[in-house]
Amino acid sequence: MDKVTRRSFVTTVGAATVAPAAALLPLTAAAAVVPAKTANTAEPPKTTYLFFNTAEVLFIEAACERLIPADESGPGALGAGVPNYLDKQLGGAWGAGERLYRSGPWQPGTPSQGYQLPFTPAELFHASLRAINRDLDAHGTPFHGMSPEAQDAYLKSLESGAHDLDGVPSGVFFDMLLKMSIEGFFSDPVYGGNRNMVAWRMIGFPGAYADYFEAIDRHGVKFEREPMSLAEDGHGHIHVRQDIPANL
Amino acid sequence: MAQRLKEVDVVVIGVGMVGSIVAKELAAAGYKVVGLERGQTRFTVPEFQSPAVHDELRFDIRKALMQDNTREPVTFRNQGAQVALPVRRWESFLPGTGLGGSMVHWNGQTYRFQATDFQLATRTRERYGKNFLDPDVTIQDWGVTYDDLEPHYDRFEYLLGTSGKAGNIKGRIQAGGDPHESPRSRDYPTPPQKEHFQGAMFRKAAGSLGYHPFPQPSSNLSQPYTNPEGVKLNACVFCGFCERYACEHYAKSVPQTVILPVLLANPNFELRTGCQVQRINLDSTKKHATGVTYIDAVGRVFEQPASLVITSTFAINNIRMLLLSGIGKPYDPATGHGVVGRNYAYQTMSTVASFFDEDVIVNPFMASGASGTLINDFAGDNFDHSGLGFIGGAYIGAVNTNGRPIQYHPVPPGTPAWGKGWKQAVVKHYNHTVMFSCHGSSVSQRQNYCDLDPTYRDAWGQPVLRITFDFPPNDIKMAAYVTAKAVEIGKAMGAKQVVGSPRKGPYTVTQYQTTHNTGGTVMGDDPKTSVVNRYLQSWDVPNVFVIGASNYPQNATWNPTGTLGALTYWAIDALKNKYLKSPGRLVSA
Repeated sequence: MDKVTRRSFVTTVGAATVAPAAALLPLTAAAAVVPAKTANTAEPPKTTYLFFNTAEVLFIEAACERLIPADESGPGALGAGVPNYLDKQLGGAWGAGERLYRSGPWQPGTPSQGYQLPFTPAELFHASLRAINRDLDAHGTPFHGMSPEAQDAYLKSLESGAHDLDGVPSGVFFDMLLKMSIEGFFSDPVYGGNRNMVAWRMIGFPGAYADYFEAIDRHGVKFEREPMSLAEDGHGHIHVRQDIPANL
Repeated sequence: MAQRLKEVDVVVIGVGMVGSIVAKELAAAGYKVVGLERGQTRFTVPEFQSPAVHDELRFDIRKALMQDNTREPVTFRNQGAQVALPVRRWESFLPGTGLGGSMVHWNGQTYRFQATDFQLATRTRERYGKNFLDPDVTIQDWGVTYDDLEPHYDRFEYLLGTSGKAGNIKGRIQAGGDPHESPRSRDYPTPPQKEHFQGAMFRKAAGSLGYHPFPQPSSNLSQPYTNPEGVKLNACVFCGFCERYACEHYAKSVPQTVILPVLLANPNFELRTGCQVQRINLDSTKKHATGVTYIDAVGRVFEQPASLVITSTFAINNIRMLLLSGIGKPYDPATGHGVVGRNYAYQTMSTVASFFDEDVIVNPFMASGASGTLINDFAGDNFDHSGLGFIGGAYIGAVNTNGRPIQYHPVPPGTPAWGKGWKQAVVKHYNHTVMFSCHGSSVSQRQNYCDLDPTYRDAWGQPVLRITFDFPPNDIKMAAYVTAKAVEIGKAMGAKQVVGSPRKGPYTVTQYQTTHNTGGTVMGDDPKTSVVNRYLQSWDVPNVFVIGASNYPQNATWNPTGTLGALTYWAIDALKNKYLKSPGRLVSA
C-alpha cells in the first residue's frame, strides 16, 4: 500500500464511529466500494449454470439456503451466490480432481485417514444428487417443494450418513456440500460466491485489504473499512474468474 | 539411460532454507555447488505480489504452495496393524515445494530450544528417575548441547533479523523477555513487533497469575533491517496473510529475502529447478556416494556425480531419500533394530477459545504470523513433572495469526454446524473471541515410524513414504495438563466463556495441526540409535550429510525452524573446518 492509503486509513480508524468510512478513503479505494446498503437487498443476478442440471439446481439452491440462510444479519447462500460458486468450481479443475491424489488401490479407511473414495468432486456431486432426487421422486415431494423444517430434517438425515447415494455415503456428500458452501460464502468474490462481499461485511473482514501497521496497536477500536476484493478493477467492478489454479 | 554430467564438488538436494544456506557457504568457500530443486523458481517479484496472493481459497484451502500430492503423496495409518492409505489431500501438515521450500509459507515464529531439550533422556532420568517414563518412549540425547549451538542460533537469528526481546543475556535475566530461555550471547537483531490486542489481553492476565509473558520472536520484521549478507528487509504491515502464503512486502525472512540474492550471484553455484532426485548413488562398497540421479521437468534422466551429497529436503522427504538410496538400516518396530524412519515425532497442539461480549473488539485479521504474546512457564522442563506422569510441555500464547474467515470463524460448543444458529453465532463471535494455542512437545515412541509403502507409488514409479503415527499417551496427558492452565488464563482475562480443547487421539490427517514433522534421520552419539552423527554426517556413508528437522530425536515444545537454522550453521562449520579439509568420518563409529 502506498503512503496516501496509509494516511487516509489512520484517519478512518480515528473517525470510525462517526464518519462513513468510504468518505475518507483515497479515490482509488473509494471508487471500488460497492454500496453496502444496496448490496444486502439487491436481487442477485440469475446464475447461468454450466455444471448442475436443472433437477440438481433445484436441490442445490434450496439446500444451500438452508445451510446458510438469509436472516437479519444479511443474505444467505443464495444471496451470496454460493450455488454459482459451487457450479463454477465443480465444473472446473477443482471438480475434476485438482490437488486430489487419485491413484488406487481404493479401500475404505479409518476416519483419521480422510477421504478415500475414487470419485472426483464433480463425480461425487453428480452421483449423490442423482440418488437424492431419485429417492425423493419416489416419495413424492422434491426437496425444493418441502417446508423448511422438512428440508432441515432431510439434510440432517444426509448428514448422519443414513443414505447410500449410489456408492457415496451421504455423510461424505453432506460434508463436502457444507464445506464448499462455507468456502463459497467466505472466499474472495473472484470465485463467484460472496457476491458484493456480503459475507465479509457481515462479520467485518476487510478481505484482500492488508495494511494494519498503524491500526494494530489501537487496541479494541473497531476497524471500519469497505472490504476489498483481489479482483476489483479501478472502477470497483469485481471480475469473476473461476479458473484460478490451485498452485502458484 | 541416464546422461552423465560433469562432476561437481557438492550436490544439494532441495533448495529451501537449509539448502540455500549450505550452498551459499560452500560456494563462497570456493566449492562448485549444484542445487537441485524439484519445484519452480519463484521470487517476491513477480510471483508473490498482492492482491493476488491474498486469496484464502487458493492458498489456505487449496494449498497452492504445497508439495504436489497428486504426484508425490504419503500414506498414513495410526497403527502398524492397519493398512496405510494415501493422504489424498493435504491437511494435517503442509510441506512446501519450490525455490525457498516450506519456509516461504512459514509464520516466522523463531524459537530456540532450551539447554535441557538437548539432553532430554539424561535430564529426565536424573530429575525423575529411571522408571518415570512409559517404556515405549524412546527419547534420547541429541549428541550436541545448547552451548555447542548457541553461536549458530545467534548467527541464524541475525541472518533473519528476528524481532524479539531477550530474556537471558549471558545469564543475566532481562525484564520483558522470557526468563526461562537458555542464555543467549546478545539480544535479538530487531525489537519485538507491535503487540496485537489478543496478545495484550493475554499478557495482562498471565502476568496477574504470576506467569512470565513475553513477545513472540518473529521473523516478520518490526523494522527495516540489513542482514550480515547485505540483504535488506522491510517492516511487516500485519496483513494477516502469512502462514500458507508468500510475503509480498520483503518483510518475512525466507530464502528469497535473506540469502538467495547472494547465493544466486555466486558463479560457483548452479540452481536447477524442476529436478526430482530419485536417489543418492552409492559405489559397490555401499559406503561411498558417487552423486545423485535425477529426472528433470521434461523427463530426461541425469546422473550428477559429486564428491559430497547434502540432502536438505523437508523432514519426511529426507527420510524417504535415504530409504530410496539404501543408506542406513531401515527401522523395524517389531525388533526395535534399524534407524532410518525411527523416532518420527510431531507436535502436540491444543487450543483454548475465550468468548467475549460484543464490546471487546479484537480485529483478528490484524496480525503477522508471529505477533503474539506467550508464556514458557509450562514449556519443556520448566515446571516440576514429579507425580504428573508425563514429560514435556507446551507454550501457551495468544498467538493468533489471522482472521481469514473460511477457516477462522470460532463458535462456542453446542452451536449447530449449519443453519441460522450457526450463522448467527459466526456473526456474533467473529470479532470478539481470543484464541490461545498450547504448542506442545512430542516424545518419540517405539510404535511411531516411517518406512516405504509397499503399495503406493509416486509419479516416477518409486514407493512413497508410509507414516505410522499416533499420539503417545505421554503427550495426551501433557496436553490435558497444560490446556487446563491455559483455560485459567482465559478466565483471568474476564472472558464470558472459556473453552479448552486439549489434543486427543487418535491423530488424524484430516485436521491441520502443524507442519512440524520431526525425526526419522535422527542425530546422536550411537549408530545403533541414530542415522547421523553429531555433525549430521551419515554413519554409513560419510560423504552424505542429512540436514533437516528429521535430525531431531524427539520434538521439543517450540516451533522447529530456529533450531534447524542453528543445526545448519553447526553442520556448515564442521563441513568447512573439518570434513572438507580432510574428508572422512568426523566421529568414529
